[in-house]
Amino acid sequence: MEKILLRNIDAPDSHTLAGHRSRGGYRALEKVLREMTPEKLIDEVKASGLRGRGGAGFPTGMKWGFVPKDNPKPKYVVCNADESEPGTFKDRLLIEKDPHAIVEGTIIAAYAIRSHTAFIYIRGEMFYGAQVLERAIDEAAAAGYLGKNILGSGYDIDLILHRGAGAYICGEETGLLSSLEGGKGWPKLKPPFPATHGLFGSPTVVNNVETLAALPWIIEQGAARYAAIGTEKSKGTKLFSVSGHIKKPGVYEVDMGYPFKKFLEEDCGGVANGRKLKGVIPGGASMPVLRAEELDGITMDYESFQAAGTLLGSGGVIVMDESTCMVRAAWNIARFFAHESCGQCSPCREGCHWMEKIFNRIEHGAGRAGDLEMILSISGNIGGNTICPFGDAASWPAAAFIKKFRSEFDEHIAAGKCTIH
Amino acid sequence: MLPVLYLAQREFGYIGPEVMDYVAEIMDVPVARVYGVVTFYTMFNMKPIGRHHIQVCRTLPCALAGSERITAAIKEKLKIDVGETTPDGRFTLTEVECLASCGTAPMMQVNDDYYENLTEKNVGEILDRLK
Repeated sequence: MEKILLRNIDAPDSHTLAGHRSRGGYRALEKVLREMTPEKLIDEVKASGLRGRGGAGFPTGMKWGFVPKDNPKPKYVVCNADESEPGTFKDRLLIEKDPHAIVEGTIIAAYAIRSHTAFIYIRGEMFYGAQVLERAIDEAAAAGYLGKNILGSGYDIDLILHRGAGAYICGEETGLLSSLEGGKGWPKLKPPFPATHGLFGSPTVVNNVETLAALPWIIEQGAARYAAIGTEKSKGTKLFSVSGHIKKPGVYEVDMGYPFKKFLEEDCGGVANGRKLKGVIPGGASMPVLRAEELDGITMDYESFQAAGTLLGSGGVIVMDESTCMVRAAWNIARFFAHESCGQCSPCREGCHWMEKIFNRIEHGAGRAGDLEMILSISGNIGGNTICPFGDAASWPAAAFIKKFRSEFDEHIAAGKCTIH
Repeated sequence: MLPVLYLAQREFGYIGPEVMDYVAEIMDVPVARVYGVVTFYTMFNMKPIGRHHIQVCRTLPCALAGSERITAAIKEKLKIDVGETTPDGRFTLTEVECLASCGTAPMMQVNDDYYENLTEKNVGEILDRLK
């Protein structure tokens, strides 16, 4: 498998401008400015089949195409570097090891929609990553890739790094924009979509770090080469963050369509400590869990995970072995969402806390008959009834854990204690 | 707003009511708006904290790797509970949600720095070095 996103990260100078340029860095940007109109660039990215890598998987070129050309307001591009989905740590790797690929990709995206101001919104906790990006931005500006009339092309672009301050919801694109505007990270009702009414009410594109970092390769090598990798609906490569009870945790770049079981057993070395696999969350904590026996035949792409009743999401693979208490795992995730609900919509604000409380009491020996039906009912009343996808993200895992591992929950309630530990 | 609050926190150590009044004044916004923003984000401290702010990740991947034992070891060593500060003002201990370091779990952040692949043994040695 050819590495696209991780091709540079092993070089000791991968984070520097000199290192990036010595491996062909910024050649894609030069090509774009010299040879391509914004329309041609959008067509090229559409032809590559690249889909957003933040979790939703929306086609990137199409997203850019929604930005109106005749709108007199300023236009903005925002790189979403607020990586916060539990089990996901791929963007952090790119930020720390290949910041210039992100900077270059962000400039290319800005050119595509004729934006002259772009932002990178990085989560506040990633202090080191912010330093690396800040240095990369300074280096790029000094070398003439940012600022007025870049590379003599007549095109102006400024790039501003903005740090978040600790809130999962700011990874949701409209929550991110609210935060960038200086407020609480409250998501906004869609429509109108950010493409027409985004940052400060202006047309805005928000793209994930991994999406933007793929652009230089696509431009340089051509959309056809990118589209030749993967499956019919999932093109190119994808980063997977693997954690939990696995022998070789880490970030892996995989051709879309790669067999999931083979990936876990061979590439990642299988379950740690010789134990048996119990369950896997394939796309970050928001996505429904799979039982070990469900992995057969699944391939690592959008359509295969969806057919299996879960989603590719952010590619955060959390592996759980036979020693794992699934009630405790479900409680842990419910507690995460209760902590992170922004409080704007009643079903989510109230429901996430109820689910956390009920999972907590089941795990700690105070579960009651009817508790599981109660959680399923709450979960069903949150999903689809909130402004942003956080409601789905909180309700799916709760329902999936109960449905997939029902007997373990029943045993906890019947025994009046945790039956695993 | 966030960059200004970061500056304020660096200058005053924490963002109490007087600091919120001050930020509201220089930003020319109602103090209620500043209060709303400060309370929304976890990284703004409304009370004084220790010199070293220990933040142990408790979310699922870290929990699977034994983060509860790490927190217990820190509590035992420092003789404080989660949410408390040592009497000498050296350490404050909190638990936080996922910090995007799941492949090197369990982990903690102390002030700006990440400490990964923690064990009950090495976490004690790390804390000893933080004066």
